[in-house]
Amino acid sequence: MTQTLTREATWVQICTLNDIVLHAGVAAKVNGKQIAIFRVEENLLYAISNFDPFTRANVLSRGIIGTRGDVYKVASPLLKHSFNLQTGEYLDDPSVTIPTYEVRVEDGKVWVRA
Amino acid sequence: MSTQNTHRLLVIGNGMVGHKFLEALQNKTHNMEVTVLCEEPRLAYDRVHLTSYFDQPRPDLAMGRIEDYQAWGIRVVMEKATHIDREQKTVHTATRALKYDTLVLATGSYPFVPPIQGKDAEGCFVYRTIEDLDAIHAYAQTSKEGVVIGGGLLGLEAAGALKALGIKTHVVEFAPRLMPVQVDEQGGKLLKKKIENMGIAVHTSTATQSIDLDGNKVKGLTFADGKSIEAQMVIFSAGIRPRDELARASGLEVGERGGITINEACQTSDPSVYAIGECALYKGRIYGLVAPGYTMARVVADQLTGGSSEFTGADMSTKLKLLGVDVGSFGDAFAQTSGSEEMFFTDPLKGTYKKLVLSADGKKVLGGVLVGDCSDYSNLHSLFSNAMDIPGGPEHLLVPAPAGGGTQVKATLPMTATVCSCENVSKGSICEAVVGGAQDIPSIKKCTRAGTGCGGCVPMVTDILKEQLLLLGQEVNNNICEHFDYSRQELFDVIRIKEYRTFGEVLEKHGHGMGCEICKPAVASILASLYNEYILKQEHAPLQDTNDRFLANMQKDGTYSVVPRVAGGEITPEKLIVLGEVARKYNLYCKITGGQRIDLLGARQEHLPEIWADLIAAGFESGHAYGKSLRTVKTCVGETWCRYGVQDSTTLGIKLEERYKGLRSPHKLKGGVSGCTRECAEAQGKDFGIIATEKGWNLYVAGNGGMKPKHALLLAADLDEATLVKYLDRFLMFYIRTADRLQRTSVWLEKLEGGMDYLKKVVVEDALGIGAELEAAMEKHVGTYHCEWKETLGNPEKMKHFSHFINTDESDDNVVMIEERGQIRPAFDFEKADLLPMISGD
Repeated sequence: MTQTLTREATWVQICTLNDIVLHAGVAAKVNGKQIAIFRVEENLLYAISNFDPFTRANVLSRGIIGTRGDVYKVASPLLKHSFNLQTGEYLDDPSVTIPTYEVRVEDGKVWVRA
Repeated sequence: MSTQNTHRLLVIGNGMVGHKFLEALQNKTHNMEVTVLCEEPRLAYDRVHLTSYFDQPRPDLAMGRIEDYQAWGIRVVMEKATHIDREQKTVHTATRALKYDTLVLATGSYPFVPPIQGKDAEGCFVYRTIEDLDAIHAYAQTSKEGVVIGGGLLGLEAAGALKALGIKTHVVEFAPRLMPVQVDEQGGKLLKKKIENMGIAVHTSTATQSIDLDGNKVKGLTFADGKSIEAQMVIFSAGIRPRDELARASGLEVGERGGITINEACQTSDPSVYAIGECALYKGRIYGLVAPGYTMARVVADQLTGGSSEFTGADMSTKLKLLGVDVGSFGDAFAQTSGSEEMFFTDPLKGTYKKLVLSADGKKVLGGVLVGDCSDYSNLHSLFSNAMDIPGGPEHLLVPAPAGGGTQVKATLPMTATVCSCENVSKGSICEAVVGGAQDIPSIKKCTRAGTGCGGCVPMVTDILKEQLLLLGQEVNNNICEHFDYSRQELFDVIRIKEYRTFGEVLEKHGHGMGCEICKPAVASILASLYNEYILKQEHAPLQDTNDRFLANMQKDGTYSVVPRVAGGEITPEKLIVLGEVARKYNLYCKITGGQRIDLLGARQEHLPEIWADLIAAGFESGHAYGKSLRTVKTCVGETWCRYGVQDSTTLGIKLEERYKGLRSPHKLKGGVSGCTRECAEAQGKDFGIIATEKGWNLYVAGNGGMKPKHALLLAADLDEATLVKYLDRFLMFYIRTADRLQRTSVWLEKLEGGMDYLKKVVVEDALGIGAELEAAMEKHVGTYHCEWKETLGNPEKMKHFSHFINTDESDDNVVMIEERGQIRPAFDFEKADLLPMISGD
């Protein structure tokens, strides 16, 4: 039996900006959801689901980020599937998409809406 | 099956050309009854590579197989033709008479033996058939010195063979230089020098007066100038003469100096008789090369099956490796075209000589000579054979292009250009094959036969393949990824020479975009190989693949396995107990690995630091099981315990594992040391494997397990320990510096030009003079080794990154374990569904 635990999306403060290493990611738990937050540039962050739909494990925050063409992406550490950080689209088959979340930095603090 | 309508085709001769003719004819002979007469005791074999008959293991030179001939419906008669009766259209052998409607003469040639006194003595040989080689081999056993008369292509081959048989060898050439037909004076000089350097005595401008005898046996040679040398063997290789005696006796037209006269259809003066190969004379010329013979064979096969192709002469270009020396000659090599100009380039240091013959306007290549380096041969030859305009100035064809830039000659080759002249394959057919799915060299060879003759066109075929794949939109460059226009090896050199220390610097100066999961770990690995800095330093950490990032191996559910180093597989009871205690404390699954270590699986990311704190306190250190780096050196118990062991393999294995631990490389590395030839450590299945002998250690390299298992190959034998370590240092560093990303040592060695021989030169002989540098690089690695876990535990800042969530101490609730055989394992999805509430996405 599965049970759904959906809560209303709210802005939640996660950590400080400097808790996230530049060009790397962290995982956070927000309203029951596992979210991967990436510091792509000094002050540019993206947040997506931490769940890799191909391997069904919560690992995306541990992937290497980079670019394909102009797109910012993360490659899953397990089987290297790459996801667009902005849209959550799986880059080799747009029919697979993972959730994305809003993220902002305020006074050196990172906030996510989930 | 013979009926009145059946056309009887008889072929005399089953050499390379005769075979090619039958092959070209196959599947087209609906109404033909084909018979071939073969006088040698075997079907056609590859005479071009005859010298390799002395190699060990002996190669299979056979071309024609009886099963093939049966499948093609060809009758083989292993007899010599003695007489042709053209009136009766019958060929006679000693035992039978064979009727024909069409006769093809492929009788070839015989070696010319100059009329020198003593030429028939015991110890005199020719170099033509496998029987000749057997006889030479047998006689060489009792000889000390040997002479080859004739310094042409085949003569030098024969000299190489004699030399390889361990005989002091002389080459005597009447002309003022070696290979007078192909090579000019300068090229001949260089060739002579190279051959003399191999220990073969070369006597040019020398005429042999007589062969001196001891009874009926050869004992020496006397030259026209009165000088003499000792020798117990003489091999004649003074050219060939067409075998036209059958044709001559039957009244067919032959040339003044021999050869059966043929027309463009390869017909003799009797329209029902054809001649092909070295017995045929076309416009006063005998073609003593296999490629023109093949062309004639195809022309006749086509004529007989309703086609109309013609033979109109052939290119006498040659490219070969003689005794290891590249020699190439093509087109008008001696500048006989009126108004032609010559251009030269000599590099005395490298021992290379190149000459180009250019048209009067300098726009076309008419011919050329290459000695010492034939890498440009196929390029230059196609400019010549396709009469193409030279792109850029002709000087660029001779002087090596600066690194990075190359001539654009290859890309402009027209589709009709002949690429493989042995098999007459055009660029167009190769491109077609590539489009049709033949996308590597073996498939192209199979599909088009290009490159299956002399092999000289293979580099050109490779270029065409790459060009075509590019047109098809396929990735063929060796760039590491879209962010760098460099291969891993090029990146390695750039980083080493410019002394870059971070990925950021390299990307800024040489890359585009932000990098990715391919280039980031590759650069991280290169930086680690060069400087061996702590890999979780702020600027290095985001580059690491997850295993390196968390210093453990990520498993399918996002948990990790922990593998401490157990050097050589040797472990104390105390340490074994600690491993058991740690496993019990953190509820980890235990498994003995194939590399003699203990794997503790199912560790949650947030527990890794605590687990390692316990392990380090007990004296363990990182096993680098997570890295593309040295993993283990497997050992047996050796002479210490084993009744067969002849050396202490365990001690050596531990020493080597300690020495190379933490060494980052393009792929993971494993070693093995066995105490005797029974090989209980399976050392030959490793990247480096060492097997004890009574005299020392045998070193094998470049083996691996994995998807394509490969046995390691012997690099050096009976080494003392110091030499062994020296060679291993060099081998490993050379691999690290030159291999491609994620390229195993076995694949690296396969791709290494020159293969094992070259590797031996670099590692054992230090032919590149880089031995000391490679050893120093390894010393630096050994001196800067640190346990990454120890360093990480001492750094509170780093420890923070191991928590699963940044904002809570909770664990990943999607990690679920099930018990099996008394230990944990990850739950499968179908098991999880019943166990935990699913968290919905959005």
